[in-house]
Amino acid sequence: MKFAVIVFPGSNCDVDMFHAVKDELGEEVEYVWHDADDLSQFDGILLPGGFSYGDYLRSGAIAHLSKVMSEVKKAAEAGKPILGVCNGFQILLESGLLPGAMLRNKDLKFVCRPTKLRVENNETMFSSAYNKGEEITIPVAHGEGNYYCDEATLKQLQDNQQIVFTYADNFNGSLQSIAGIVNEKGNVLGMMPHPERAVDELLGSADGLKLFQSIVKQWRESHVVNA
Amino acid sequence: MSLMLEPSPSQIKEQKIYHEMGMTDEEFAKAEQILGRTPNYTETGLFSVMWSEHCSYKNSKPVLRKFPVTGERVLQGPGEGAGIVDIGDEQAVVFKIESHNHPSAIEPYQGAATGVGGIIRDVFSMGARPVAMLNSLRFGELESSRVKYLFEEVVAGIAGYGNCIGIPTVGGEVQFDHTYEGNPLVNAMCVGLIDHKDIQKGQAKGVGNTVMYVGAKTGRDGIHGATFASEELSEQSEDKRPAVQVGDPFMEKLLLEACLELVKSDALVGIQDMGAAGLTSSSAEMASKAGSGIEMNLDFVPQRETGMTPYEMMLSESQERMLIVIKKGREKEIEELFAKYGLEAATVGRVTDDGMLRLLHKGEVVAEVPADALAEDAPVYYKPSAEPAYYGEYQAMEQKTPQVEDFKQTLIQLLSQPTIASKEWVYGQYDYQVRTNTVVAPGSDAAVIRVRGTKKALAMTTDCNSRYLYLDPEIGGKIAVAEAARNIICSGGEPLAITDCLNFGNPEKPEIFWQLEKATDGMSEACRVLSTPVIGGNVSLYNETNGTAVYPTPVVGMVGLIKDLSHITTQSFKQAGDLIYVIGETKAEFGGSELQKLHHNGEIFGKAPAIDLTVEEARQAALLKAIQAGAVQSAHDVAEGGFAVALAEKAFGTGLGASVAVEANIERTAALFSETQSRFIVTVSKENQEAFEAIVTEAKLIGEVTAEADLVIEQQGEKVIKAEIHELEGAWKGAIPCLLKSED
Repeated sequence: MKFAVIVFPGSNCDVDMFHAVKDELGEEVEYVWHDADDLSQFDGILLPGGFSYGDYLRSGAIAHLSKVMSEVKKAAEAGKPILGVCNGFQILLESGLLPGAMLRNKDLKFVCRPTKLRVENNETMFSSAYNKGEEITIPVAHGEGNYYCDEATLKQLQDNQQIVFTYADNFNGSLQSIAGIVNEKGNVLGMMPHPERAVDELLGSADGLKLFQSIVKQWRESHVVNA
Repeated sequence: MSLMLEPSPSQIKEQKIYHEMGMTDEEFAKAEQILGRTPNYTETGLFSVMWSEHCSYKNSKPVLRKFPVTGERVLQGPGEGAGIVDIGDEQAVVFKIESHNHPSAIEPYQGAATGVGGIIRDVFSMGARPVAMLNSLRFGELESSRVKYLFEEVVAGIAGYGNCIGIPTVGGEVQFDHTYEGNPLVNAMCVGLIDHKDIQKGQAKGVGNTVMYVGAKTGRDGIHGATFASEELSEQSEDKRPAVQVGDPFMEKLLLEACLELVKSDALVGIQDMGAAGLTSSSAEMASKAGSGIEMNLDFVPQRETGMTPYEMMLSESQERMLIVIKKGREKEIEELFAKYGLEAATVGRVTDDGMLRLLHKGEVVAEVPADALAEDAPVYYKPSAEPAYYGEYQAMEQKTPQVEDFKQTLIQLLSQPTIASKEWVYGQYDYQVRTNTVVAPGSDAAVIRVRGTKKALAMTTDCNSRYLYLDPEIGGKIAVAEAARNIICSGGEPLAITDCLNFGNPEKPEIFWQLEKATDGMSEACRVLSTPVIGGNVSLYNETNGTAVYPTPVVGMVGLIKDLSHITTQSFKQAGDLIYVIGETKAEFGGSELQKLHHNGEIFGKAPAIDLTVEEARQAALLKAIQAGAVQSAHDVAEGGFAVALAEKAFGTGLGASVAVEANIERTAALFSETQSRFIVTVSKENQEAFEAIVTEAKLIGEVTAEADLVIEQQGEKVIKAEIHELEGAWKGAIPCLLKSED
């Protein structure tokens, strides 16, 4: 399986994402610059964290206008797995691929620490390797991760089981402790915690690896069927 | 037109306008003598900024010369953007610490942020990939709203810049003391990694080669920042706010990536950051180091504002700019390289053979000064030195042990002192994990970063207990280096070298210069004994508010090499049943201690704790050997607050407790809270008892790690302290957030 790590000016978790896939997952991966106009050769798209365009207007607001984002939308329509982490999640929200918006953390401070997440839905292509209700440790590092959406959207998220991860300790004030959601079709996941930082016990946790393994498993199965 | 408004050379001389730029009469006369004429306004600006203490070290050079600066691993000592030390496999570590005290006192967020930005540029200007940041901060007591504001904003500024650019802030230290009330210290350190073949120098070599300007445009911000940094702070300092620059970490991220790509190009000849004194220092120093000259046409300098004069352009400290020298004819490919990152690379000049820094503007030569005169010929002052009266008084004092009634309560009070308390409130705002190499996060003795693709790791720390330095600068200087080394050793690393940031008061006062002299004597000796040469650093003098100096604070930034990931050790207990050992005897030493400060309303007095560097070195070597042999589970040095605090810290966050007995022949207060140096607490699994004791022969077995989360300390069968870890940890964790929330 071949992944693309999209690099926007100001992305800074691109290296982490790249190495998580290459060194720990053992799959193919390439950096793709923000002005790329073809993602057809990739099977999965990863939008890394960081501060794209300095997050100067609003987190993700400028990056979602990048040339590559129209290709990301095409890939989403084609059903390819798309994972946006942290700033990547914020870009997915800005681009409308996922519903809702981010507010500043409730304490108005950047927070970096390991957090406990609850797997709410293990029937997505991103979470099938986890158990439902499983508690996993994944680090966060963000200043604007306080998820918000209107009531109708929340009801839709709940009714469709689009809430994949929630915080055990809702430190940033997110609505319903939401840490990660998928789109209706289930192939676009946005999450604030960093699974790519939790792929090696040496650094404190390898709980994020199963997320990537879930993606690969689903891809292999669907390709075996196709073959 | 604006040039017309500038004073003429004769006006500058007659009206002594150079005084406003911080130049003395003698210095101005020397500049005249070098030029053989009276300098014009722009040239006076060049001299004044390059001959400021901040750029020339004119007051500190005589003491800096004492530092050992060589060693078999040292690839680059002081003099370039940052020092470089070999770590094997054709790899090297690059690091440097720098102060941004005065800007942070005036505008704490931007002051701290641009301090971070500046030190990062110093490291990547060597061609290195920055991999970690540390800092060392000093504030007044967390009581007044002003101090709380400075503390919160400095931390936010460091976080804002470091998080955005994506370099993990992995360690540091914060000390609170009334001495820093009006003059906080903000020192930032950057650590980078490089392959030997990529090492760059800031040299303008090759006559005819092209000088290019890359990065952000030049504005009128920070003009004379280096001069401002070389004065005392006063009520009028608020007016200097325009001398504080504004940081743009996004711009620096682009510049960083572009420059690291540039380093791989054979078109690059030299590269230097435009730090203090901006375009002036980078051009003059690059020419001077190469023995060449530089001619620049200022019309081509990218400008953010209209109508800028040569004086303003040359003295601006706008951030996120670099000066590069490339091979003639390769300009276009360099422009394209930077354009990929949305950056401009402008050709502004060329390398000449006449040794002059020559500036053109609107068709005229507006300055022509020998580059060496600016970069090398600043006057060097041997300041008078005098032992301050307080020193003799303190030395004559009898050592007194503070009276302690309730040991448990005293321990809780000590753990609640903000200098000792958990700094999670601080480091929780820093992204300490980005780049996914952080093996030991902030909170242990030293931070540890793995070197990806190898079995190696780097341990890094910043340390300085300025209270000891105030009581006795020579001993305190030794302790600062020794403590940094202890932290590296406890993490499983072999100390490699140090970078230092000498934060002192006004060196024109003999008592302050004496502190500087003695402190550097002590540091130099410790560096020699512990084999950690000084590979670079920074001097920040004039840290005074309305005439009162801060405690002498020479911050030591140390990096160590961990040869194998399996050697990485942390301070925390690992499992119940492990044996607890103490290395090093305890004496009753309370001068400058947390307990003394606590008992005397913030005052300290008496003698600093003694240190024997030979003993220190032997102990550190033995402990490192035991760690490398796999015989140690956890290791922690005994520092502020003494033994009881160190033992409690080892239990925090583990869910475990400890039961120990202290020696019978020592007074209880000393046993628990004395700050005797060169001590460690380590834990060892039972199966390694023999192996450990064979290596660290002087270690004393004092107890065991327990499954019950209690801290029990006995003496002669009597319980001196029995406390739930939960209660101790609550006090330790809650102290800083609680102080910040409380009303003035």
